[in-house]
Amino acid sequence: MQEQPLLSIDNLHVKFSRSEDEVFAVNGVSFAIHANESLGIVGESGSGKSVTLMSSIGLLRENGKITSGTANFLGKDLLKLRPRQLEDIRGRDIGVVFQDPMTSLNPVMRIGDQIMEAMLTHQYAGRREAFERTIQLLHEMGIPDPKSRFKNYPHEFSGGMRQRIMIAIALACEPQLLIADEPTTALDVTVQMQILALLQDLRRKHGMSVVMVTHDFGLATNFCDKIIVMYGGKIMEMATTDQFIREATHPYSIGLKRSIIEVGHKGKEIISIPKSAKTLTETPAGCPFAERCTYKTERCHHEVPELRTFGIDHQIACHHAEEVASYAV
Amino acid sequence: MPSSPLLQVENVSKTFRVQGKKLHAIENVSFTLEAGKTLGLVGESGSGKSTLGRMVLRLLESDKGKILFEGNDLSSIKKKKLRELRRNMQIIFQDPKASLNPRMTVGEAIEDAMAIHKIGTKGSRRERAVELLERVGLPDEVQYAYPHELSGGQLQRVGIARALSLNPKLIICDEPVSALDVSIQVQVIQLLRDLQEEFNLTYIFISHNLAVVEYLSDDIAVLYLGEVVEQAPADELFKTPTHPYTQVLLNSILKIPDKPENKQEMLSIQGEIPSPLNPPGGCTFHPRCPYALDTCKVVKPEQRKVAEGHFATCHLVE
Repeated sequence: MQEQPLLSIDNLHVKFSRSEDEVFAVNGVSFAIHANESLGIVGESGSGKSVTLMSSIGLLRENGKITSGTANFLGKDLLKLRPRQLEDIRGRDIGVVFQDPMTSLNPVMRIGDQIMEAMLTHQYAGRREAFERTIQLLHEMGIPDPKSRFKNYPHEFSGGMRQRIMIAIALACEPQLLIADEPTTALDVTVQMQILALLQDLRRKHGMSVVMVTHDFGLATNFCDKIIVMYGGKIMEMATTDQFIREATHPYSIGLKRSIIEVGHKGKEIISIPKSAKTLTETPAGCPFAERCTYKTERCHHEVPELRTFGIDHQIACHHAEEVASYAV
Repeated sequence: MPSSPLLQVENVSKTFRVQGKKLHAIENVSFTLEAGKTLGLVGESGSGKSTLGRMVLRLLESDKGKILFEGNDLSSIKKKKLRELRRNMQIIFQDPKASLNPRMTVGEAIEDAMAIHKIGTKGSRRERAVELLERVGLPDEVQYAYPHELSGGQLQRVGIARALSLNPKLIICDEPVSALDVSIQVQVIQLLRDLQEEFNLTYIFISHNLAVVEYLSDDIAVLYLGEVVEQAPADELFKTPTHPYTQVLLNSILKIPDKPENKQEMLSIQGEIPSPLNPPGGCTFHPRCPYALDTCKVVKPEQRKVAEGHFATCHLVE
């Protein structure tokens, strides 16, 4: 009954070559995002969350290579497109927002021109219309006095304002999908809240879908409709946020949720996950999390757990999910 | 005679000159800190929290006010005595890699800190370094490792071990876990808490992460544009946040909901943190304050008492 997904990623594998070895960053990731949906991909550094998303839209560092997989966006496999064709889709149908706006804004170009450029390049609008829409966007982003701010350069804005400008560029051509890599991580909490409120509002008004990569469970569980938890370049758990809040079941998800210090935890013992994540220099032979998992058995080291259905709107990659679930209750 | 607090900060201010303009980085801040306790400093970028930490160590000179460490006025004592006192005051940073010499092994770096302060002998220093590494949860062989060979969490442990090597009384922790992954953050936080108990350490804990600050602190001071706008015991601050800024700050924290019905609405907060080079008149928070009165735009509020040990700098406090 579900309609066609907007973007569907299937069996994606990505590796990076280093001077002496290779890093297996993404090891068979599949998921889909539908219209008017928001998805949060959560994980710690090295989990492959950013690489998954960025490589699927053709933004991969030079030493990276997609070894297999497809990324279907409205009937086209993005991984098979030529750079020119990809550029055409990015910025028009897919808007992209990064963590650090300073690295993606042009420092010597007025910000208004940068927003207009997005629309002119993609022939979304003519000059006059693009100018008017730029003023409108700046206004919608909560930037006061848009007409005079149009002429300012990036360095004349605060971090939060720059992030809004980048979002304005990403949204200029009214994309169906917004891809955001840690869009608020570098910002102060009150500014983060402002940006999220803005995105929420835009989603409601325009029905845009959002895929957000974040390390912040608090952000993902409050903002997104669906959650994917990644570890070792694989999806460990995937669920609707409601389901995830009710019963996250993967030992890694449970461990992470427990190890987050939140307001009101003072005086409580926090159980941390032992050890730290390792960089994978070969294809994992078993569950990548096994080494740190309290439920592990021999099987976990030798047999890769496949992502399997574990209930309504809930998938999990763990040999012992049933046992873990019975303990968690 | 009652023992004096370990640290007394009285009406300190610090002004920088930036582009020919005066930047009031810290304005008239006071607090006292008893031995074995933790004061949390919270605030957003530009609030002055790190500047204040550095002023306490006299890494930055205050323009006004007094800082007393065990009753000694840091601003008037001689260089030699200051150096002696400094051993008692250490700092750990957000980026431990930047504070370690890349060409020195971890063992050498810790020995070096002790050698500078003439603690122990050559042989005993290495022994102590290894002992400390073990205490912070690192294996023996880390002493031979270079900083680039260690992870962020391990490096922060090295930073802590090095600070401990001087048997300090006060440690200033400046965003010590902000760059670490969540599963590693907890490990470091719990280590800091255990060490505090074991060595009766006093901490000034600087962070923008309010949950972490609450977890570790006895008292918390909230800074906004260089001023303390609210100060209270940690549990009191979270139970009855009184300054409108503290309220906005606390409402901006996104907690994992306990059930789906309790998801938070994204709040639209008005305004931006103003440039510290051009702060608004009256109460500096008034342009963003949902309760601002006409007075707030012109008259600077005084610090008022809310409850025992709880102060807020706001006209609306009765």
